[in-house]
Amino acid sequence: MTTANSALLTVKDLCTYFKTEDGLVKAVDGVSFELRRGETLGIVGESGSGKSVTNLSIIRLIPDPPGRIVSGEIIFAGVDLLQLPEAEVRKIRGRRISMIFQDPMTSLNPFMKISKQLMEMTRLHLGYSKSQAYEHAIRMLETVGIPDARSRVEDYPHEFSGGMRQRVMIAMALSCQPELLIADEPTTALDVTIQAQILELIKKLKHETGTSVILITHDLGVVAGMTDYVVVMYAGKIFEQAPTREIFARPGNPYTKGLLKSVPDPSAEQGQLYQIPGLPPDVAHLGSGCPFAPRCDRVAEICRREFPPFVQLNPEHHSLCHFAADVFEESRAESSVTL
Amino acid sequence: MNEEPDFNNKPTERELISLPREMVLAGDEVHVAGEDEYIVGTSLARDAWRRLLKNRLAVFGLVVVLLITVVSLLGPPIVKAATGFTYDYIPPDVTLIKSIPPFRSADGKFSWTHPMGTDNSGRDLLARVLLGGRISLMVGVISTLVSLLIGVGYGAIAGFIGGRVDSWMMRLVDVLYSLPYIILVIVLLAMFRSSTPLGQLVLLFVALGSVSWLTMARIVRGQVLSLKNQEFVLAARATGVSTTRIILRHVVPNTLGPVIVYATLTIPQVMLSEAFLSFLGFGVQPPLASWGSLAAEGIQNIAIFPWQLIFPGLTMALTLFSLNFLGDGLRDALDPQMRT
Repeated sequence: MTTANSALLTVKDLCTYFKTEDGLVKAVDGVSFELRRGETLGIVGESGSGKSVTNLSIIRLIPDPPGRIVSGEIIFAGVDLLQLPEAEVRKIRGRRISMIFQDPMTSLNPFMKISKQLMEMTRLHLGYSKSQAYEHAIRMLETVGIPDARSRVEDYPHEFSGGMRQRVMIAMALSCQPELLIADEPTTALDVTIQAQILELIKKLKHETGTSVILITHDLGVVAGMTDYVVVMYAGKIFEQAPTREIFARPGNPYTKGLLKSVPDPSAEQGQLYQIPGLPPDVAHLGSGCPFAPRCDRVAEICRREFPPFVQLNPEHHSLCHFAADVFEESRAESSVTL
Repeated sequence: MNEEPDFNNKPTERELISLPREMVLAGDEVHVAGEDEYIVGTSLARDAWRRLLKNRLAVFGLVVVLLITVVSLLGPPIVKAATGFTYDYIPPDVTLIKSIPPFRSADGKFSWTHPMGTDNSGRDLLARVLLGGRISLMVGVISTLVSLLIGVGYGAIAGFIGGRVDSWMMRLVDVLYSLPYIILVIVLLAMFRSSTPLGQLVLLFVALGSVSWLTMARIVRGQVLSLKNQEFVLAARATGVSTTRIILRHVVPNTLGPVIVYATLTIPQVMLSEAFLSFLGFGVQPPLASWGSLAAEGIQNIAIFPWQLIFPGLTMALTLFSLNFLGDGLRDALDPQMRT
């Protein structure tokens, strides 16, 4: 695989468990991936598949109790974040790794002016003076395309629309020029046109600043347009990971195939939209077999009995399935037919 | 396909439509912006202020409270300049019948010297009622500030930390709640009894403040519990802000609405407690006076010198009414239930 020095973030065998009344929930169980500088990684999965928990684990914001990072390594720029004391992690949050959240309506403090919220970051991490931070805040708002930034910086969050607020969040996240930006479903709460604008903005700023991005989403269309690599998660495990082009052309896992089939295709006039049958499993009560087995269309006896292996299909393509190689071959055959 | 959106200096129609609903008051005409108009947003405070002004009782309360505050602050020196009386001046030539009725001089003729009459020792009642206003308001405000400080701090910490710490801290509040607080205050005042009237006053602030923070702590804790799970707190954490700073800058300001309301309702409550304590003789000691202590003196002679009770009683009642109206009005204006 890639050499270690070009990797910005390496997550190794991360396990984050939650203690609930229902038992131990393995929200993230043995997740490993790598992100190189300047690249974008997409994390895809249904609700409850562990996407957000993975990323909250990266910046150590798992609410404890009930959650706990049980094991694993999170190596960011050569340092294992899980070994750092809390004070050191706080210096990294916002400065070197920053985050954008799903709902721009609630992720800004309603009682603080935009200027104050933007200035907090640079004053805290870069030691800016008040006037420096203020000017920087205006510059950042201009960068993310807020018109008339100088007067709008004095507004309160409720005076902004959803899309504008998400722009403010992006401005805030990027104001210290972080090396890694984690965007947790940044467009889920926005309507489609605004969604496109925000994604374009993230893409543009990524190119300008060279920031690496982790994009969490359940929208495969977003993944296709934005990312270099994709990690597909299901029930706290990585089911498939591959370069974006490859995963769309030749998925090596029945779950990924199901996801891709569920994307509406306007060109094909199909009467009914495909959907993966059933519901995601209860992560607190997983059996010994493959967690996807009850919903899988090619399930076999072995799937219910044994946990599937993580198969390497080619140097950059891995899939968690007993039949990974077969599925991979099938998709290759299918894609050569359709292409 | 994705054209960069057109950013003029005007907000687009979409943004205008998405202006929060709280900016449109019931009864307001919804104004549709023309071509060249730019809608200026209203801040939350201005919004609440407008709502408060619509409430007549609240405005009445506000005006009366301000008036009484100003009068009791400026009154004593003015009275001294006009009539020469101070609150503790006892005329040397007191005769057997000491108390002079309102608008009478010592020989029973009409006079402006004592508009409210005098008390048993011949002290000018107007000057004493004004001083009583100063002290009563001071007790109300300072004790409320003390309770605010303790209550907000305690509640915010309990709510934010949560879990077992929260449980224990709140059980303590429950225990204190179950004690009859006025007895607690009497015990406190009796234990630390101060020799000077001023020391007694300070003790009163502390004693009243330290028993009236319980409800405040509960209110703040409840608010913080719901606030701490909001995304902006997570966002603040994710930007590396320390826990103390998150509580002080992000969480506590968001609890201000209910806190302000409850504080304005605490002031009359504390003033009433003070009056009660002074009435029982535990509060303000002469020559200082509060409305409560004046009323206590007045009640002894209610049959012969009714003005000694009526004037302090009326002023206090008016003030308490006004404060309660103001508090109710503020609650309506700031109630978070009304928006969203």
